[in-house]
Amino acid sequence: MGEAIVVTSGKGGVGKTTTSANIGTVLALQGKKVCLVDTDIGLRNLDVVMGLENRIIYDLVDVAEGRCKLNQALVKDKRFDSLTLLPAAQTTDKMAVKPEQMKKMVDALKEDYDYVIIDCPAGIERGFRNAVAGADHAIVVTTPEISSVRDADRIIGLLEQEKQLTPPRLIINRIRQHMMKNGGMLEIDEIMNILAIDLLGIVLDDDEVISSSNKGQPVAMDPNSKAAQAYRNIGRRILGETVPLMAIEEKPGLIQKIKTLLRMR
Amino acid sequence: MSLNRPLVTLMGKKDGFVLVLDDTCAFDALLEELKQKLSQNQTRYREGPTITVKVQAGDRYLKPEQRDELTRVISSFHHLKVAAIESNVMTQKEFEEKRVREQLVSVNRVIRSGQVLSIQGNLLLIGDVNPGGTVTATGNIYVFGALRGIACAGTGDSNPQAVIAASIMEPTQLRIGDRISRTDESQLDELRNDHFLECAYVDPDVDKIVIDKLHQIQQKQIIPVMNADM
Repeated sequence: MGEAIVVTSGKGGVGKTTTSANIGTVLALQGKKVCLVDTDIGLRNLDVVMGLENRIIYDLVDVAEGRCKLNQALVKDKRFDSLTLLPAAQTTDKMAVKPEQMKKMVDALKEDYDYVIIDCPAGIERGFRNAVAGADHAIVVTTPEISSVRDADRIIGLLEQEKQLTPPRLIINRIRQHMMKNGGMLEIDEIMNILAIDLLGIVLDDDEVISSSNKGQPVAMDPNSKAAQAYRNIGRRILGETVPLMAIEEKPGLIQKIKTLLRMR
Repeated sequence: MSLNRPLVTLMGKKDGFVLVLDDTCAFDALLEELKQKLSQNQTRYREGPTITVKVQAGDRYLKPEQRDELTRVISSFHHLKVAAIESNVMTQKEFEEKRVREQLVSVNRVIRSGQVLSIQGNLLLIGDVNPGGTVTATGNIYVFGALRGIACAGTGDSNPQAVIAASIMEPTQLRIGDRISRTDESQLDELRNDHFLECAYVDPDVDKIVIDKLHQIQQKQIIPVMNADM
């Protein structure tokens, strides 16, 4: 019996889908059987980010309405055998599925998979309730911006009312080193003070994330990227390992080192 | 009922009269004797400053109309003013209302954005109120944590005597009774630097909500002392 983890944020565009794709990928890299579930019906993206769009035959709504079996709708990842995707429908909207139906589907998936990662749509309406219905754990994604933190706070409040969920954990996404240094962004401590939940990981802003998403390849596959490193750490923490937080400071490059040397004179 | 014992006893005290009313006779008889007694003694207080009268009704339950009647009779005499009407008896409903009004409800959680915590009585919140969250109480609000959202004290009968105290006072808005105060940005920066253990109350001098350090409030005795028996 596996675990179902919902990735949510309240606000749109903070990186729920990217986070879901990468957590799924790193868990698969660790040899776990993982199923990604896209619940953003009508605005599905997870298939695109994973590069699996052209393999979709059936989707989540087809399963809910009994047009196909659950297994028929699952799309196998082209890189890992242990990673699959249950895509959302693009043609209807969130009302096409009820929370009870979602719970049934997720429960069925938990039988076969070690981890079911549920990508939640933005908002707090039906789509959110669908995504949360079958989950055991929740991950809240936020960026170091006041609006995103405010929405994360709201979502945490809603998640805390869901009795079946363990206390939510936080991922702070898109941290920009230079902005945090000069005070243009909220600091991690400040965010933690307000949200007061466990920190699962921090992910630095990295151009690689966007370019690899565009290629349909989760950034976690690229071992040289800083974001990939962060996602791998998050994956290990989900598996129960204790991994220290990454340092935010930029390592000085050669030119930077020379500059500091010159300034010292 | 013995006739030689008067139904109404008028006593002069340092700070005014005390009227002790018999609690076994009929109310009408009481009223009658009260009028008589007060007019008999009128010479004693016809001149000079206003004298306050404290009525002690003993074990008699006084209905609101009866209280009004007593007040009306007493203040129909010049220079007399009712300070208080005390009775040892109250209805269960009155008691329940009083209990709810004076109770201290402690809550141990974080009030997050979009959440509203409303309670009857005084609120003791062990946890934060985050921006976008709201706490309301008919009495006072004490926050053991950071108050970053909205706090409304003295709601219901809009009691301006209510106070709001917090370990960390960085509210977006405070409401006490029917008064509202907003924290503007410059104030917030100031609060951030030095915001430990503060209390908001309505300053009668300026009729506005002000925020002060707790130890300064103690000197002003704004915070009501809780009844020992509650």
